[in-house]
Amino acid sequence: MIIPNKNIKMMQGNIACAEAALAAGCNFFAGYPITPSSEIAEVLSKKLPIIGGNFIQMEDEIAAMGAVIGASLGGAKSLTATSGPGFSLKQENIGFAIMAETPTVIVNVQRGGPSTGLPTLSAQADVMQSRWGTHGDHSIIVICPSSVEETYYMTIKAFNLSEKYRTPVILLTDEIIGHLTEKIEIPDSSKLEIINRIKPDMNQKEYLPYKITDSLVPPMANFGEGYRYHVTGLAHDETGFPTNDPEKTTEMLMRLYNKIEKHRDDIVEVEEYNTDDMDTLIIAYGSTSRSAKRAIVNATKEGYKVGLLSLKTIWPFAEKEIENMAKKVDRIIVPEMNLGQIAHEVEWATRRAKPIIKINHINGEPITPNEILAYIKQGK
Amino acid sequence: MDYLNYLRQDKMPHIWCDGCGHGIILKSILRVVDQLGWEKNNIALVSGIGCSGRTPGYVDFNTLHTTHGRAISFATGLKLANPKLHVIVVSGDGDATAIGGNHFIHAARRNLDINLIVFNNNIYGMTGGQCSPTTKTTKKATTTPYGNPDSAFDISKLAEAAGASYVARSTTYHVAKLDKYIKDSFLTKGFSVVEAYSSCPTSYGKMNKETGKTGLQMLMYQKDNTVPLQKAQKMTQAQLEGKFITGVFVEKDKPDYTENYAKVIQTAKQQ
Repeated sequence: MIIPNKNIKMMQGNIACAEAALAAGCNFFAGYPITPSSEIAEVLSKKLPIIGGNFIQMEDEIAAMGAVIGASLGGAKSLTATSGPGFSLKQENIGFAIMAETPTVIVNVQRGGPSTGLPTLSAQADVMQSRWGTHGDHSIIVICPSSVEETYYMTIKAFNLSEKYRTPVILLTDEIIGHLTEKIEIPDSSKLEIINRIKPDMNQKEYLPYKITDSLVPPMANFGEGYRYHVTGLAHDETGFPTNDPEKTTEMLMRLYNKIEKHRDDIVEVEEYNTDDMDTLIIAYGSTSRSAKRAIVNATKEGYKVGLLSLKTIWPFAEKEIENMAKKVDRIIVPEMNLGQIAHEVEWATRRAKPIIKINHINGEPITPNEILAYIKQGK
Repeated sequence: MDYLNYLRQDKMPHIWCDGCGHGIILKSILRVVDQLGWEKNNIALVSGIGCSGRTPGYVDFNTLHTTHGRAISFATGLKLANPKLHVIVVSGDGDATAIGGNHFIHAARRNLDINLIVFNNNIYGMTGGQCSPTTKTTKKATTTPYGNPDSAFDISKLAEAAGASYVARSTTYHVAKLDKYIKDSFLTKGFSVVEAYSSCPTSYGKMNKETGKTGLQMLMYQKDNTVPLQKAQKMTQAQLEGKFITGVFVEKDKPDYTENYAKVIQTAKQQ
């Protein structure tokens, strides 16, 4: 007799994201309706009140971003979800969250752009917006799932990284993954690693909210816990108060940058497939890495030697991993639903040591396995 | 009372110019906090950008200096996440009703228990005296050198129409009333707005001579041109031209967002 596993479900990507947020301890969602992300808000509007959490539909995307930062300062684990146009509107306050070091998670279910673009169709064209959308120099964590199950685990990872590094984390998914329904095994919640922000243990007078510590991540007090401190988007010193001092400004901005860049080995995640014996490497991410995997399965049957490096973390960029992998092959194929945003980074990471073949879609149509297969066959 | 008990003395001197009205409003807020006996740990003072935006830096509360116009949205998240906090937002006329206008009206509609105090000096002071949504028609600013072609917002009427629980207006000359309105607004459940007419001699006074050029002259201008609401109701539009109408415009006991959301939680848990 087969005992049915109740944890195995058919689930949509966006719903997996909402469910995982709850599993990660999310108790606050603020958002604004936008296709193709709205299911995340809808599920949480139903489930958050049941656990006594807050769901609030704000007046616009900007307000939703402000609210999740405010909630985080109040001690909540907060989430907002959007797509391209809304993601653009959130950028100013994403910069504030970086500067003020408030953990929060932003989901961007990518759709075609620029502007209103292709609201119901997929794209991967916000790769650079997720890196550089807000003004000023900074580092940022952006992670990218390629399946419903990965969406679940990476949503939890997004919360964990945001709490661990006191920074906003962007979950960059796309319309295909967001609206894909497929099998997922929901893990036992007791088996999940959940990370919460480090709280101060000193008295109020000694607390420096932006202290330069060895870990580069200072403990964070929530408002109302007796640590009366100042939070600002202005350049500030260890106390949190504004400064124009060039040395202190450099020190603070470099700490914000280094707390992510120096921990890149802890943050960056890639997945290799079929890379033991290959002459061609495909570098892909998100929904496109699914097509790439299928193309590789088919190509292998026909005798081609192709491997896949699937990027789970987009930023910080996996340059080290790519550089090493590039040495093993004589060409690299980068399929992506934009005009080469990651391909350019690959060119830079490999110093153009190997030819890079770009496969690009900007019309909302997915890149199919057959299309990738055709490129694999070319010149071989 | 000892104001110093509430001030971060090491952050003085403040950046406000001689004759600026903002310090008068801040003292009024601190007097009310002292009268109500609120714990400093339980108060969050949230601001946006501009001269008013610098207020939180000077007070010994939980303080949050956000992006331009967005203070109310941050305050919304903060209040919902920690309802025990008394959340006060201070904002300027440009911050609250130009770039932050959408958040302002929706906060009034939503009626979450947040206290907004608008420091209205009819100008963008921090950036050097540009025209704001409360700069009246024909008045001068660095971006309206030939006189303002735009019409001005009436902030209190805007708050009233949008659904705030409490709306009142006073001036930095009429401090006793300002104290009373701020106190009543703090004690009102739901979203409250106190519009405090402030003055900016550095920018507005310099360019618009009729108000006087110094802080004192501008205060006397407020004194001479203020009409209490009850009296204003008996006057014609022409008689009220250029006057400050002060008083309590709205004082309602109605369900706030938290109360309504508690019902949502109750319904959700029953299903």
